Amino acid sequence: MKKTILTVGGGLAGIEASKTLADMGYSVSIIEKENDLGGKVNQWHQLFPDFRESSDVQDYIKQSTGSKDIMVFPGTEIASIEKKDNGFYVKSNKAVAFDIDAILLATGFEIFAAERKEEFGYGIYDNVITSVDLEQKFRKGGQFYNAGGKVPKRIAFIHCVGSRDAKTGNHYCSKVCCITGIKQAIELAKLIPGVEIFCFYMDLRMYGLEYEELYKTAQEKYGIQFIRGRLSEASENIDNSILIKCEDTLSGRPLKMNVDLVVLLVGMEAGEGTQNAGTICNVEFGSQRFISCRDAHLRRNLTTRDGIFTAGTCTGPMSIPETLENARSAALEIHKYLSEK
Amino acid sequence: MKIDGKRNVWHNYQKEIADDHFYYVRSCIRQNFFPGSEYFFLRVMKEELGKDVFDDPKHTTCTGIGYHSDVVPFETIQTVVARHFALMKESGYKNLAVSCVTSFGIYSEIVETWKEFPEELEKIRNLLRKATGKEFDVPENIAHTSDIIYKFKGEIAEKQQYQLVNKITGKPLQIVEHIGCHYAKMFPTKGVGGAEFPQVLAGMIEEWGGEVIDYPERRHCCGFGFRQYLVQANRGYSLANSKKKFESMAPYQPDAIICNCPGCTMFMDKWQYVLAETEGKYYGAGKHGIPVLTYEELAGLVMGYDPWDLGLQMHQVDSEPLLDAIGIDYDKNAKYDLSKKISPKKVLIKSELD
Repeated sequence: MKKTILTVGGGLAGIEASKTLADMGYSVSIIEKENDLGGKVNQWHQLFPDFRESSDVQDYIKQSTGSKDIMVFPGTEIASIEKKDNGFYVKSNKAVAFDIDAILLATGFEIFAAERKEEFGYGIYDNVITSVDLEQKFRKGGQFYNAGGKVPKRIAFIHCVGSRDAKTGNHYCSKVCCITGIKQAIELAKLIPGVEIFCFYMDLRMYGLEYEELYKTAQEKYGIQFIRGRLSEASENIDNSILIKCEDTLSGRPLKMNVDLVVLLVGMEAGEGTQNAGTICNVEFGSQRFISCRDAHLRRNLTTRDGIFTAGTCTGPMSIPETLENARSAALEIHKYLSEK
Repeated sequence: MKIDGKRNVWHNYQKEIADDHFYYVRSCIRQNFFPGSEYFFLRVMKEELGKDVFDDPKHTTCTGIGYHSDVVPFETIQTVVARHFALMKESGYKNLAVSCVTSFGIYSEIVETWKEFPEELEKIRNLLRKATGKEFDVPENIAHTSDIIYKFKGEIAEKQQYQLVNKITGKPLQIVEHIGCHYAKMFPTKGVGGAEFPQVLAGMIEEWGGEVIDYPERRHCCGFGFRQYLVQANRGYSLANSKKKFESMAPYQPDAIICNCPGCTMFMDKWQYVLAETEGKYYGAGKHGIPVLTYEELAGLVMGYDPWDLGLQMHQVDSEPLLDAIGIDYDKNAKYDLSKKISPKKVLIKSELD
């Protein structure tokens, strides 16, 4: 009889790990609180650093769940867990329960709620949007307008919104926002000829291959300007444009600028789903509310509890390739664990 | 502008404001520059709302201006504040009502310091004991007097004689509000509505029929800034800050500026005069500035108090354009009539009914 695994979360990590496990001969059940699988990637337009369509990744995900050894339970969440024999008995919020040998937590992340940075006016000023809102606008296509129906002549990107920010309680770097901002700035520059784009940053963390090159291309080919300075506040002008203030910390001078659109590059947070599932499974959390790894160097997919594993961004910010690799790694760890039982 | 978004921010910053039995601490400069404000607060609280407010003659300055100017050490100001708390304890009160925003910031800062550093509290207890033999309790509730007027804005609305509506056009008056840096920028949770989209004055203005202007430099300092003004060489900086605000709000054609803080009221009022004299620039309609009022003066006006009883003749910028826009019935010739006695309010108040 096949050994069974319950995957909590039907985003990229959960699906990739489940597919890998199914390919290795296991039977996997995926529970996903939303009605659709795929997670956050469903909201993106193009991916960095090569502007690949995100639909490619979505298609790959859809194909991955076609295996007969993967059962999907949409709209379902974990309700309780108890140890049973060598495995677990898991009840869900629906009339379905699972007798399983291992649990994989792949509950993902939540996008930082930009309203919490009140001084930037998100949710109040019409022309302050987030990088996620911008992806949606890109997905809709057509001519690009701001909230006032105007083609923006000047746009500001604000880096590190909800990341590396003690005020919001998020001390960590979300890793993907810098390169996302550069990708989006280039997309806007392509869409709106002659637009002026300014990126306000603390540090630019171009950690991935080809990221630094894209940063250079943004400056050299598209004339995107980078100003080292953290925004102090945004306010609305009488014509609904946005007045932003910051200090240019390289020139050491205060700066004030009117722009037609402000894009907040929002970071990743450990979401409520991760908190709930992790708490029910009685695993430990780190200081930044993500699930703790048993060993941050050697056993990154193991939680502090035997038989319960993690994949993807429920343990910290990751890009799409990192998430997929982490998911495959989780599958191998589960295989090792079940083989030794 | 999405007003619902702003209201969501407000909801995150609601503070507890005591209902009754206040120990009132006056401001140093309000009594000189806007003497009707504290008069009105005491009168409306005691006579119209029937509240118990103790105006203690033994209370002194909090020394906040000296503290922020680096001439009063932190230990000294803490001991002065401790003495106020001791007077409050002796009088049997637990709720502090603070007239001045600088003082409100001082009281809040010191109480927070004592929470974070209990050894500092013990040190100040010893210093006060040695100096005066007094003991004190930390207040159960510290509210700025605008918090209290905000809390009772509905009761004031029930007694309202004039709406904040333009008598000719029927449209809500467009009003700038300025809460003052030390009201909520130091401790956003201690202000109604927080620091970014404060509600304390906005709530009063909207309750009484007006509309609040969101102008780009709304959150900017008025320019007082203690050392910016107190050091003569820096006064141009103070003026430049105020001017920045006036230039930013002028396109919205405000009918009035309502201030929370004594320093802000003074500088928003008096620098307009300076700018008119030096640059010939008027920010209101015609050859007028934008009238600058305290929230108590505004409450007094809507309740039908005589503008000159409220002390509006003490302001540098004429208040008449605002009075005329509201349609207030007042005697223009009585503005500087020093022989005039304080007139009873047009509407009978509780003490007059008794």
